[in-house]
Amino acid sequence: MRVNFTVNGRPVDVDVPPMTRLLDVLREEIGLTGTKEGCGEGECGACTVTLDGVPVVSCLVPVVQVQGAAVGTVEGLGAERALAAVQEAFTHGAAQCGICTPGILVAAQAAIAATPQRLTREQIRTALAGNLCRCTGYMKIIDAVEAADAAAKPHVPSAASRKGRRA
Amino acid sequence: MPRPSHTCRPPRRERVAVRSPVSQLVVETPTSMRDALARLQRGATSGAPLAPLAGGTDILVDLEGGRETRTRFLNVWPLRPTRLVSRSSDGITISAFATFSEIAGHTLTKAYPMLRAAAREVGSWQIQNRGTLGGNIANGSPAGDSLPVLLALDAEIELASRSGTRRVPFATFYTGYRATVRRPEELLVAVHLPAAPRDGVQFFRKVGTRQAQAISKVVLAGVLTGGGETVREARLAIGSVGPTPLRLSGVESVLTGARLDDATIARALEALDAAIAPIDDIRSDAAYRRVVAGNTLRQFLEVARSA
Repeated sequence: MRVNFTVNGRPVDVDVPPMTRLLDVLREEIGLTGTKEGCGEGECGACTVTLDGVPVVSCLVPVVQVQGAAVGTVEGLGAERALAAVQEAFTHGAAQCGICTPGILVAAQAAIAATPQRLTREQIRTALAGNLCRCTGYMKIIDAVEAADAAAKPHVPSAASRKGRRA
Repeated sequence: MPRPSHTCRPPRRERVAVRSPVSQLVVETPTSMRDALARLQRGATSGAPLAPLAGGTDILVDLEGGRETRTRFLNVWPLRPTRLVSRSSDGITISAFATFSEIAGHTLTKAYPMLRAAAREVGSWQIQNRGTLGGNIANGSPAGDSLPVLLALDAEIELASRSGTRRVPFATFYTGYRATVRRPEELLVAVHLPAAPRDGVQFFRKVGTRQAQAISKVVLAGVLTGGGETVREARLAIGSVGPTPLRLSGVESVLTGARLDDATIARALEALDAAIAPIDDIRSDAAYRRVVAGNTLRQFLEVARSA
């Protein structure tokens, strides 16, 4: 079955069985291997992409439902020599093995863009609750997203500081 | 901990494959609701029924796990209406194709905070952006997060077919473990919610292994309305402690017209214990579920008491 849609703004046209996972179409048909498979059952978030602007796990999206839609992958965030702000923020210890990183970057960028206010650390945790990391213990990831959020919203006052233990 | 010698288990869904081969799956994509219902009818009549596929957050998991025996699907994603929630004469109507994110963020669900709470605890943000209310209902897991909310609110399910539409009280939608009254030629298209009880305290609590991406061990929803200290009306429902989500009418009888004092709470907990039938499974023991169900109900009643 032929399906056409856009990936990071560019039109693509593939001919695959309709229930082929979007994850596999991106990696195998289109050659964009930035999106990773961690679990294949929607639990780990490593395969997160945006579908018409909202983050989804691409291992659970059958490509037939992507007809005419706009897909965003980690490759669309920035380039190797021109990292997006959120990617740059992750270069200070927020990535170790890196397998979770593409999915987290896509979810984080979507969370930053989804609200004009500054994100609280609690909101960042909720936005990333569908992304598992086995390496970092998450603290530096949350720090990085908080920093990227601040950089993206320079004139917006920070979220009220929380009393007690740092989230 | 001593385990009971006999536990009631629901029929286990066996693996049929390592992972269902994608190339052998048939998907029909309708061009309109009319076309969708015609295709469902043809499938039903020909003995090759089509399984409706919306957000795929259950079906694709089962396909990956080799537990999905169906091979023919009807892609209903293109049927999503632009208006996902609308006012009805006595409450609201939610499209079965609305995602949990859409439900949680929609202005018309403001009067149903327990529905929003449930929607925000399904899976994760990524799952909420694709999982639909209709899918949660049709999938029929007794652990479905939205299901106790719909039971407590006396929801009605709208089923459409070539012959027309019919409305089924959600309380009668399940006939057993994962068994529904939906006929093969029918499509679940809407959920009708009566107006939320005014001045009611709504409660939703899902107990899982973590705060997201956890199948519920116990999931309780309810609304208590009371003037002063006497309960005027109580509506409670619970999931993951029986083969289907359960409306807790026994607990409601104890509470209605009673003062929310320690004696009433104790009687309510007894009624709960008599109503539920939790099992041992991969997630929790029956005994644990009993304790947690009781604690969750107690928490609700204490919240209502001090409200």
